[in-house]
Parts: sequence; structure tokens; C-alpha cells
Amino acid sequence: MYRYDNIDQRLVDERVAQFRDQTRRFLAGELGEDDFRALRLRNGLYVQRYAPMLRIAIPYGLLSTKQLRKLASIARNYDRGYGHFSTRQNLQLNWPKLEQVPDILAELATVEMHAIQTSGNCVRNITADHFAGVARDEIVDSFLWCELIRQWSTFHPEFNYLPRKFKIAVNGAVADRVATFVHDIGLHAVKDAAGDIGFRVIVGGGLGRTPSVGHVIREFLPWPHLLTYLDAILRVYNLHGRRDNIHKARIKILVKERGVEKFRDEVEAEWLRLRDGPATVTAEEIRRIEARFTRPQYQKLADVKYPETKTPFSAWMKRNVHAHQQPGYAAVSVSLKKTGVPPGDMTSAQMERIAELADHYSFGELRVTHEQNLVFADVRQSELPGLWHALRELGLATPNIGLLTNIVCCPGGDFCSLANAKSIPVAEAIQRRFEDLDYLHDIGELDLNISGCMNACGHHHVGHIGILGVDKNGEEWYQVEIGGNQGQSTISNRDGEGNRGLSLISASLGKVIGPSFARADVPDVIERLIDAYLGLRDSENERFVDVVHRTGVEPFKKHVYANLDQKPADRRRALAAA
Amino acid sequence: MPTLIRNRQIVDEPLPPPDLVVLQVTDDPAVLADRIGGRGAPIGAIAVHFPKFSDGRGYSIARLLRERYGYKGELRATGEVARDHLYAMAQCGFDAFELRAGEDARAALGAFGDFSEQYQSTVTQPSPLFRRRAG
Ligand code: SF4
Repeated sequence: MYRYDNIDQRLVDERVAQFRDQTRRFLAGELGEDDFRALRLRNGLYVQRYAPMLRIAIPYGLLSTKQLRKLASIARNYDRGYGHFSTRQNLQLNWPKLEQVPDILAELATVEMHAIQTSGNCVRNITADHFAGVARDEIVDSFLWCELIRQWSTFHPEFNYLPRKFKIAVNGAVADRVATFVHDIGLHAVKDAAGDIGFRVIVGGGLGRTPSVGHVIREFLPWPHLLTYLDAILRVYNLHGRRDNIHKARIKILVKERGVEKFRDEVEAEWLRLRDGPATVTAEEIRRIEARFTRPQYQKLADVKYPETKTPFSAWMKRNVHAHQQPGYAAVSVSLKKTGVPPGDMTSAQMERIAELADHYSFGELRVTHEQNLVFADVRQSELPGLWHALRELGLATPNIGLLTNIVCCPGGDFCSLANAKSIPVAEAIQRRFEDLDYLHDIGELDLNISGCMNACGHHHVGHIGILGVDKNGEEWYQVEIGGNQGQSTISNRDGEGNRGLSLISASLGKVIGPSFARADVPDVIERLIDAYLGLRDSENERFVDVVHRTGVEPFKKHVYANLDQKPADRRRALAAA
Repeated sequence: MPTLIRNRQIVDEPLPPPDLVVLQVTDDPAVLADRIGGRGAPIGAIAVHFPKFSDGRGYSIARLLRERYGYKGELRATGEVARDHLYAMAQCGFDAFELRAGEDARAALGAFGDFSEQYQSTVTQPSPLFRRRAG
């Protein structure tokens, strides 16, 4: 954890006071609806379909147990006793009262937390790798750089009112686990021949209604120039990004309309004037940040081997336990994707119990992932069976990380005022259809993402299977895409070989397979896609997404739309009889 | 007559200053480079007009005027200027503010103290916090 110094703390406290006054003025009628909207959004406060929604920042996904306990108590005292972990490494409360939000923010500030810039047209929470600091394929510990960027972006006076929201992702490892190619800016840590650290800079990726894959505008930016370069990109965007049409306001549109070359030239020209200026990062600052991070005090341990068996524990080891830099330690994914529980939801009681477990098993820290799960990053391998038992009791040991039922899903029509369709019941229906664990493991790695509208909070464009809620004459329908991919590969489990051995396909966006479906048909459609995949794959090593990339969409499409009016069970019977 | 705050004081301004140049947020401040450099018509003051509460272009324009073109005179924010903007506008180099109608000028003066520090390199404090923290 980065620990605040007195200045960090003071700034967060001052922000609470500022927002308290803004809320007071709004309630007193001194501040208009529209103006307050711009101000409350940058403090994470939305007005939703049924109630306000407060989005609390979990900077780069890192959380202490003290903070988690505070979140549990806030959810209990100000809300209905649960929270929702979003795909943006935030926690959302769905029922707070507007007039109590300043008090909630004040409580958060007591544990070095806030809701700053979790919404609004400003730089948002930085997306980070939930295996930072422990992954075996790590080049740099990306948390340090995330904290540097967090401070730079917090209340940046020049970039408070951008044309649109702005998302930055930092990847410090060989495998890209943070989808850098679909962020406004993606940064990859790289080392040059001399071993010096720098960043590959990717601009203009994004999801939403115009999904696009970002462009590399600089192969190697030496780290001292990181902030001046970000300033240059943001300045070009702030001045020239479109403000006439909200759907054309993201930086990806500016890059597209200007052309990558011209955009890059403008950024480089701007940067030449900022380069080596006062915002140039110093080695002292990196050391200072590093020193303010608590680090686990690892013991010298040997690796512990667990034989592979047919037991549930073994299945969990295979899917939810990940290799670690330190011998004798492992990282563990806590699955929040139990069938029947809305993806990412957690009750206050569960949060408190999780905090106890993280204190006992993982140095009092945990991480929130953009797949809406949690990670205990530093577990002793010898304690894995104990942790597994404890998680199983809580219903948080579903061995489905990387598998079809680990569905990423936005809140959708049950909560969100922008939704075209519900998403949570669709996730649940699919999870029910694929409850058989052996079958699930046989299908292998598969990312399934669901968004309730084209804002794409469920990142459906980068799901191997993506489902999008659409509106057809006031009815809820679902469009299905296949072949999306968020980055290179996910971390491989157990062997610690990073992503070696897995095919390295780069980020890509899914393709729509055809006309949309009624909600009741969606599980059948998924089952047919899987049927088609199992028939087409060369071997178990060829994942669903690899097959789609090899064969294209056509064979899947045929299989799905053939006799769609028949139920799969009937079809199977018909096939068996033939 | 709109309320004017100049150098953190409420002032009366019966007439606009002579040689006031008004920039819209779509204007490139480069057009003033020569005049700022002393070539061409003199500049009494520059106003940047904010068309909307949430239009942020004027902040970058102010920084360019101050930091790139070296403008030292009065830089005034006009248009949709509310107390909630003042702290950041001042950081970007504005030193005069024509508040929009309905703003309480006296209360607005307090907004310059909304924050006691900022992380970034700014016009009023070019040295970012990390350099001062380390030193
Ligand atoms: S994708 Fe649409 S429905 Fe889902 S949370 Fe985002 S805005 Fe709401």
C-alpha cells in the first residue's frame, strides 16, 4: 500500500470540505442542476434509475483490510449492506442518500480513500495489473508508476474539464493483463538494450459505441519524461478534442480524424516544449514513492507441491492459484462469480470476513481486479488448503477464473438508468447452464462479457464472447459478438511460465455474429457457440478465441442460426436418432 | 456591470480596460505571439471567454499564453466563470475573473483557498510538489 503523507491527506480532506459546500449550495438552490452535475460526477456521484450511485476509487485496485472494513461499514450504515466491484477497479454503492455523501467521503478520508475523479470528464482511476509486484513475468512494479500518475492526475488544474472521460492503463509485465490497447492511453513498461526503463505509449483505444484498438505513438519514452509526455497528449486533446458531440468526444475520435501520424507529430511538437521542464520526474521521487509503499516481509520458504487429483481443491488450485515471484508463495484469486450472485457484488459481512482472511493469509492487503474478482497476492503455499476451506465456506472458492462462468458483467437494467437491457439475469442464466465443472474445464479459457448498453461498461467488445443489450421497439434483445480479446494472454496458472506456451494473440475487438436474440435464447446461443468450438478445435490447447481467429465467424454463425427455433435438447435427441 | 475579482480582490470596473483582447476557446493563442512580444498593437489585457461551465479549453490557452508566449499582463476569465473554477484557473495563470451573474463574489474569494497545495507543475508554482517534497 502507498501510505499518504500529511500533504496527500490534507488534499483529500480539503476535497471533502469543498464537496460538502457544493452539496450544501445545490440543496439550498444556489447551484443549478447542470453545474452541480459536473461537480458531483468528479466526486463519483451519479443519479441513477432508482437512487444515486456513489463510485468509490480503489486506486489501481489495491486495498488494505482496514480500508475494506471501512467500506463494509459504510455499505452497512449508509446503504443496503452490500457493494458492487466494477470493471474499473472501483466499488459502487447503489443506494446512498445525496445529502449523506459528504459524510461518506469524510469517512473514506479517514482511511486514505476517496471518490475523486471516478466519473466526469477528467482523468479516471488508473487501471493496473492485479498481479503487480508478484507476477513472474514482471518488468517493473507498475504500482509505483500508477501512484506517480495518480498524483499527477489528481486535480490537474489544466485538465479538469476535458471533452470526455479519460482512462489510462499501466502494464508492467510481459503479458498485458490490463487491456492497454483499449484505453485512451496505454503504457507498457519496457527495458532498452542498456536495461533502462521506459514506456511504450499507446493512444486512442477504447470501447463504447465506437470500439477501437489503440496506436503506438512512441516505442520508448524514457521514464523521466513520463509526466511531460502525458501533459503533451492531454493538452492536444483538451484543445482539439471534439466537444460538439458527446459520442465523438473521446481521444480515439481525435486520433482517427487527424490521422495517427499527424496526431503524433502534434504531441511530439508540444512535448518538445515541455520536455526537461520542471515536471520531469526525478529518481528521488520514485524512491520516495517506493519507500512509502508497504511491502510484505516474505519468509524464506520452499515451494510446496500438491498432487493433481480429481478433488475440488485441486480444481481450485488449477484455476484460482497463480505463480509468484517468491518461492513458497502464491497469488490467489477470490472468485466473486458464484452462480446466482450478481457478478462483483459483495455483502458487508463478506467484506469483513474477507478482511479477516487477508489479515491472516496475505499481509493485510488485497487487490480488486477488472474482472470483478479479488486477489490475495501473497499467500504461503503451505496455507493454501486452509485458505481454500475458509473461502469455500463463504462461497468464494468457485474454481472458474479464466473460464466461461467468470462472467464480467455491468450492473445493467437492474440499476443503471442508461441500460437498454438487463445484464445480471443473463449472466445468471448462462452460469446455470454451465454449472457442470468438468464440462467447464474442458471448454477451457474463455472470457465472457456482458454490457447492458453500448457504453460497454462490461467490456463486451473484448470478451471472447461478448453480449450487448439492445433495444428493439422497447423490448430487451441481445446481440452476440465473438473473437474479442483484451490483450495478449491471461496469466497462466500453476507453472509460472507467464504466457509462454499459450498463443500470443494481440488485442482485438469482437465481431457481431448476426441478428440479436431474446433473453430466454441467450444460454442456448452460448451453448451452440461452445458446441461449434468443441467440434472445430485442433486440441485442448486451442482456445475458443484462437479458433474464432483461425476460422472466422462463419462456422459459428451457421451453427447458431441453424434451426434456432429448436431447443438444444431436442436437437441432440434428433441428432442421436439420425 | 459584472463582478470582477482582480488579484483576489473585488473591484469596480465602470469601463472595460483599454486595448482588451478577447480570445474565444476556439482561438489559437499563437495569433497574439507577436503582440505579446512587443510587435504590433499593444495589449491592455487578455480575456479568455468560457462558453460553458464545463468547457476546459481556456485552461490550456491560459498556460500557453503565460508559459509559451511569456504574457505578463492581466489575464481575465470571462463567461461561465463560477467560484468552483477559481482555484484551478488561478493555477493556470488567470489573475482576473469576471464572475457570471448570480455568483456571490465575497464567498467566491474563499475559493482561492479551496486547496492548500497541488501536485502538478503550474503557472503559479512551476515546481511540482515532488520536487519540493524531496528538497
Ligand atoms: S454498459 Fe450501459 S447499462 Fe451497463 S452499466 Fe454501463 S451504461 Fe449502464
